[in-house]
Amino acid sequence: MLEVKNLTKIYPGNVLALDNVSFTVESGEFLAVIGLSGSGKSTLLRCINRLVEPTEGQVIWNGVDIAQASQDELLHIRRKIGMVFQHFNLVNRSKVVTNVLSGRLGYVNSALSLINRFSREDMEMAMAQMERVGIADQANKRADELSGGQQQRVGIARAMMQEPEIMLADEPVASLDPVLAHSIMSHLEDINQDDGVMVICSLHFLDLVHRYAHRAIALNEGVLMFDGPPKAIDDARFKEIYGQEAKRVG
Amino acid sequence: MRNLRKKPVVRWLIIVGVIFLVVVVYAFGFSVTDVNFETTRDEVRLTQLTRILRALAHPDVIEFEQIEQDVDVPFHLPCPQGSAPPINVDTSGAYVVVTPACAGPKDTVTIEGFKFLPNTSGPVNFIAQSGAKLQLGSFETDSRGYFSITSDLPNRQPIEEAQAIRATARQNVGGPRISRTGKLVFDKIVETVFLALLATTFGAILAVPLSFLAAQNLMSEIRSPLTSISLTLLGWPIGVALGGAIAIQIGRLAESILGDTAFIAGGVVLSALAIGLASISTVPRVMERFSGISAKLVRGFGYVLAGLATIAISYLVAYTMLLVGDALVDTLGPLGFLGNFVFQLGDSLRMLTPASAALIAGGTLGSLGGRVGQQASDRLDSRTVRIINLAVAALAGAALFALIGAAIDWLYQILDLTRTFVIPAILGAIGGALLTLRVDPRQPLPMGYWVYFVTRTVFNGIRSVEPLVLVIVFVVWLGIGPFAGAVALALHTVAALGKLFSEQVESIALGPLEAVRATGANRAQVIKFAVVPQIVPPYISFLMYRWDINVRFSTIIGFAGGGGIGFLLQQNIRLLDYRAASAAMLAIAIVVASMDYTSSAIRRRFV
Repeated sequence: MLEVKNLTKIYPGNVLALDNVSFTVESGEFLAVIGLSGSGKSTLLRCINRLVEPTEGQVIWNGVDIAQASQDELLHIRRKIGMVFQHFNLVNRSKVVTNVLSGRLGYVNSALSLINRFSREDMEMAMAQMERVGIADQANKRADELSGGQQQRVGIARAMMQEPEIMLADEPVASLDPVLAHSIMSHLEDINQDDGVMVICSLHFLDLVHRYAHRAIALNEGVLMFDGPPKAIDDARFKEIYGQEAKRVG
Repeated sequence: MRNLRKKPVVRWLIIVGVIFLVVVVYAFGFSVTDVNFETTRDEVRLTQLTRILRALAHPDVIEFEQIEQDVDVPFHLPCPQGSAPPINVDTSGAYVVVTPACAGPKDTVTIEGFKFLPNTSGPVNFIAQSGAKLQLGSFETDSRGYFSITSDLPNRQPIEEAQAIRATARQNVGGPRISRTGKLVFDKIVETVFLALLATTFGAILAVPLSFLAAQNLMSEIRSPLTSISLTLLGWPIGVALGGAIAIQIGRLAESILGDTAFIAGGVVLSALAIGLASISTVPRVMERFSGISAKLVRGFGYVLAGLATIAISYLVAYTMLLVGDALVDTLGPLGFLGNFVFQLGDSLRMLTPASAALIAGGTLGSLGGRVGQQASDRLDSRTVRIINLAVAALAGAALFALIGAAIDWLYQILDLTRTFVIPAILGAIGGALLTLRVDPRQPLPMGYWVYFVTRTVFNGIRSVEPLVLVIVFVVWLGIGPFAGAVALALHTVAALGKLFSEQVESIALGPLEAVRATGANRAQVIKFAVVPQIVPPYISFLMYRWDINVRFSTIIGFAGGGGIGFLLQQNIRLLDYRAASAAMLAIAIVVASMDYTSSAIRRRFV
């Protein structure tokens, strides 16, 4: 169970990105985070693995407060939290397999990894993960030779190399067309249902939220506006989350 | 709304004022740069200019086998008292007639030649009694072998005896061949290219790691609490001193068993075994970050053992290379430079071993101190941390200032322990203590930014010193020659490339960095997997560009004694041998142009 308590993030220049946000996520749950651009979704996800340092508040996971963890502990915690990104964040000039293997860095011996030595088990695991998302035949291509959908699959395979217990997905389908979006989302669903990984996924499209998420939380200008099942987002709620001028589409 | 535009009169006044100011500025410029167009029309200077330009247009690269035909005619300068003695000219072969037959200094005479080889050319010289040659002019014979020139006689001391005027006709025979100057230029231009290559290579090897320290985006996120910073600062000098001292001791040990092959082989095998054992016991395939204290001690012991064994092997290899290289120089003959290469590599390994040992030990102790400090800061309560901080920060401040004091003492020879050690140490201690009281004990301070700032400052300092000036320093240390030039250029390359490289690091995409960091990778792994792949193409591009620059620089570095073709160029300009200078300039132009094409071709391939 992941417990976020009174999380606040103020960026330099007094920009309030998260304002006293609290919620809990059960193990094995698929949680969607919705809200307008700039509402604090990305900041929230990044505060969980501390790519962004929270200003105040707690992120308690398995009894440990991630927000207070020392640097060493943090690296150890991060390797159990996978993350996929809107812009995939692959290293373009590296091979696909290298990108996937980099998901293993938290586990391997640092000195050996610096000279590109990975164990046979890690190599086999990388092949298996690429197989799973259907990009095994692209393993030796450069990452930037792949299409957008394929690149996001590399991102998922990389995150799965961490044998994660939590998967953070920061608008994973926002740069993809609707068909690809469903394909990527179903990979995340697999991971959630077959591997029992907790998924926290920020999304723009409500139909995706309805289709995949067990529960949704909504942010508006850093404030938690909604926490409940996706079906409970009616028109009134919708206007609360997205503002009075917003109209439902799709 | 009020019209804010100025009135036309004011605008005109401003324009006139500006024009006046510009005129004054340029007038002053003309005066200080001695602009004088009258000199450009001076007859004498124009003749000299023509002569030099013509010489430059004939680079001394190719020469022919020549046959020379010397024809002398006795000549009195000035005319002797009484009647001039008759001049008997042998008109059967080539002969020279001077009209008048004798004359005073600075008089004008006509010199005619008959029956010379047709269509040849050469100089006409006045041969003084001492044998010195003074050129009167040069001639070209027509198809009948006749020439005529007029010339002013030189201003010489009056001598009674007859001196001589000699016409030398030269004719090329056989095919062209490379002249002596041409060969020299070739040797020197090869030296120049390799000088630039070495300077670029070694400069780049140092610039790559330093560029990370000078990259703001990587460094500014490194923040450590005061405890950690203080212990790092204390760990570095202790580590450097300890590592250096131990390495030197091991070096003595290694030197003492020299000459005994069995001992050397045994040493290498033993050390290799030690490294192997240490690495098996200390390098697990899967890193458990929270191992017990005993496991940490074992691992630490293993690292130390491996380090000592590496030093030993390094020395043994160095000494073996020295011996082998020396032997090779004698046996390889024309390929002796390979032996010298082995010898010099061994020598540099011998020199670099204690230096690297000191640096690595310093880095290890420094980062160990940093980790201990970080842990202490994380685990202990605020008050305890503050008390510890007070002690270690004061100590670190004292150490830092004492080291700076020692450096100042070495430079300025103050030789006063109170002023170079005691006072700085006290000041440093006070500074450290004040810092402790000022900041929250566990607040992370921007240590990375300080390192970034210092590195940048050092780069800018070195870069602002022109290589020509650096050469002067290195010529004193390493003697006149290409080695001094290469080292000076290498140093400049470190600073210049370090800056360019670090700016490339600063402009990389941050997304992949974030992604790799999210996997739990440590800092070194993030750099290896997210930063390095992004910077390889621009690094190669800048490296090629720097080689290009270094080739151009090494052509003039010889002016300050740094070897290469510049030395030849300068020498020939001083000797007024413009044809030889022209050959050197031609060589430079060819090399620079071909470097340009090569480097752009290589760049295209990699980027």
